[in-house]
Amino acid sequence: MSYLTDTIVKKRKMAENKRLALSNAQLKWENGFRGLLKAMAMVLVLIVIGVFITLVIESWASIKALGVGYLWGKVWDPVSNVYGAYPFLVGTLLTSFIALLISIPFSYAIAIYLGEYNPKGWLSDLLKNTVELIAAVPSVIYGFWALSVLVPMIRSLEIKWQIAPYGVGILTSSLILAVMVIPYGASLGITLIRMTPSQLKEGAYALGATRFEVIRKVVTPYTRSGLFAGVLLSLGRALGETMAVTMVIGNTSALAHTFKDMLFGPGNTMASVIANEFTEADHTEYLSALIELGLVLFCVTVIINIIGKRIITRFSNN
Amino acid sequence: MKIMKSIKLAVVAIAASFVAMTASAQDNTLLGAGSTFVYPLFSKIFSQYSASKVNYQSIGSGGGILQLTNKTVDFGDSDAPLNADQTAKMSAPVLHIPMTSGAVVVTYNVPGLKAPLNLTGKDLADIFLGKITSWNSAEIKAANKGVNLPDLPIVVVHRSDGSGTSFIFTDYLTKVNPDWAKRVGKASAVNWPAGLGGKGSEGVAGLVKQTPGGITYVELAYAKQNNMPFANIQNKSGKFITPTLEATTLASNVSIPEDSKVSITNTDNPKGYPIASFTWALIYKEQDYNSRSKARATELLKLLWYNIHQGQAQCAPLNYAPLSKSAVKVAEKILKSATYQGKPIL
Repeated sequence: MSYLTDTIVKKRKMAENKRLALSNAQLKWENGFRGLLKAMAMVLVLIVIGVFITLVIESWASIKALGVGYLWGKVWDPVSNVYGAYPFLVGTLLTSFIALLISIPFSYAIAIYLGEYNPKGWLSDLLKNTVELIAAVPSVIYGFWALSVLVPMIRSLEIKWQIAPYGVGILTSSLILAVMVIPYGASLGITLIRMTPSQLKEGAYALGATRFEVIRKVVTPYTRSGLFAGVLLSLGRALGETMAVTMVIGNTSALAHTFKDMLFGPGNTMASVIANEFTEADHTEYLSALIELGLVLFCVTVIINIIGKRIITRFSNN
Repeated sequence: MKIMKSIKLAVVAIAASFVAMTASAQDNTLLGAGSTFVYPLFSKIFSQYSASKVNYQSIGSGGGILQLTNKTVDFGDSDAPLNADQTAKMSAPVLHIPMTSGAVVVTYNVPGLKAPLNLTGKDLADIFLGKITSWNSAEIKAANKGVNLPDLPIVVVHRSDGSGTSFIFTDYLTKVNPDWAKRVGKASAVNWPAGLGGKGSEGVAGLVKQTPGGITYVELAYAKQNNMPFANIQNKSGKFITPTLEATTLASNVSIPEDSKVSITNTDNPKGYPIASFTWALIYKEQDYNSRSKARATELLKLLWYNIHQGQAQCAPLNYAPLSKSAVKVAEKILKSATYQGKPIL
């Protein structure tokens, strides 16, 4: 008996020793790997902080010269060195939010259809891949398509409605932006809706709920914060989009005076001004003012993201 | 350990290839950067020039000037002479050598109009100021007697990106219309008082082609290649001049100052087309910098010498206006003034 326990203890000790020896090597790898992951993640934070610092340093000349007035200055005149970001700030927010409003019904509809109604099969695969393809197409191609197809369509509408027939403008760029951001909301929505626990859904079905009722009463509450995160992702994309917008927005820094002009008339966004004027900015103040525009865009994006995160946590707590 | 070794190897290999690349770039290829306008001409001339290899990057006039300021290229090329700010940033005096001249034409989309439109400089500026808003306004009618102009609103289209073309165009408008000079001025990007902006020549041309009543400005070569109509512009002597290569060359056949930094818009020459400009190659006057060899400096000057002489033969087929005789003379003088360690090179 004692012999048996002895061997067991011995064996266990040996096993423990072996285990300990192994642990050291494993621990080393484990720590090393964790350190690597941490470093990689930190690099990203450092880059963002670095970008912010660079923007502040490079735009310091303009910040000092123009002060806070830069934000609501309405004139952008490189010849007499007067710079105001207001028209571009308005243009950026206007195009992004209109695009978001247009895109939400589409991205939610796609998400619900592919997430709940038709999650499997060739049609579902085809639709899902197509939506993902929309995100993969380079933006210059959207810009070109908008210029040659969307702009004439809008122009003929404007002629019908007796508005100045520019074709290009805020509405046109919002429309093309809407198409471009749909996949961001949609793909996140599909994944989340598919992740809704099937017990919950089956329970609801067992109680005699229709599909619509399941979506409304079970899926929506469960995925609300996630769906909102998708919207936030779309908004981030819309705020920064440059090329496609530049090609169809009409690029004017003059402010619209009427509501009609504001929607249909030409405008400009911060990203588009930077892309247009950066290469040929031929004096220091000008360059600095353009970089400050980048700083403002950076801050707007950060602020909108913080507000969005707040809303998400609120939804999730409920 | 094996992984570490292979990573080290990879790093060494990448570093080595970088060194090799920079070394080859420094070997004997002359580097240039700048104006996109002159790029088709330069690539043709450089492909035929056998004495040395040239690598020209068409990154825009502003970019070319910046590269020369940082001394990463042998020469820059700009559609506008250096301004005070840019000159101050250069560490040494810079020479401007005229390479070719180009015209900016006014193109439009007026349905039913067959004959080319006549426009005076003042009216052109008023159109772009948003003062003249209809195609059948009294001012435009006065310059086009007997032409049936439609009652159509004018849609002004301008470049939204900073560009040498805009500089030449606004430089002209500044000279011919005091109101424009006061309210807008000249630059590669200005605060446009009216109209829509399009990105690049293709952007503005596309907008005008689609919009009945549209008007914009592009380079002569671009308008010709795309079969766009262009207006005859009234010059200083009161004549309406059709933009042609000859009329553009004639615009520069006036007395040119020794540094060649002159605007030839609104030319005094009665046969010259008024919206024209040189494009300039830019080099440092003292070529001994960054431990450059004398051979390299000589190569560069020989290349530019070739450009203003034999190279000019390539201009016309590509729709550039060759330099006028007076411009070539001035350019020769400027090239001869370049030095290496204080001594003339050519």
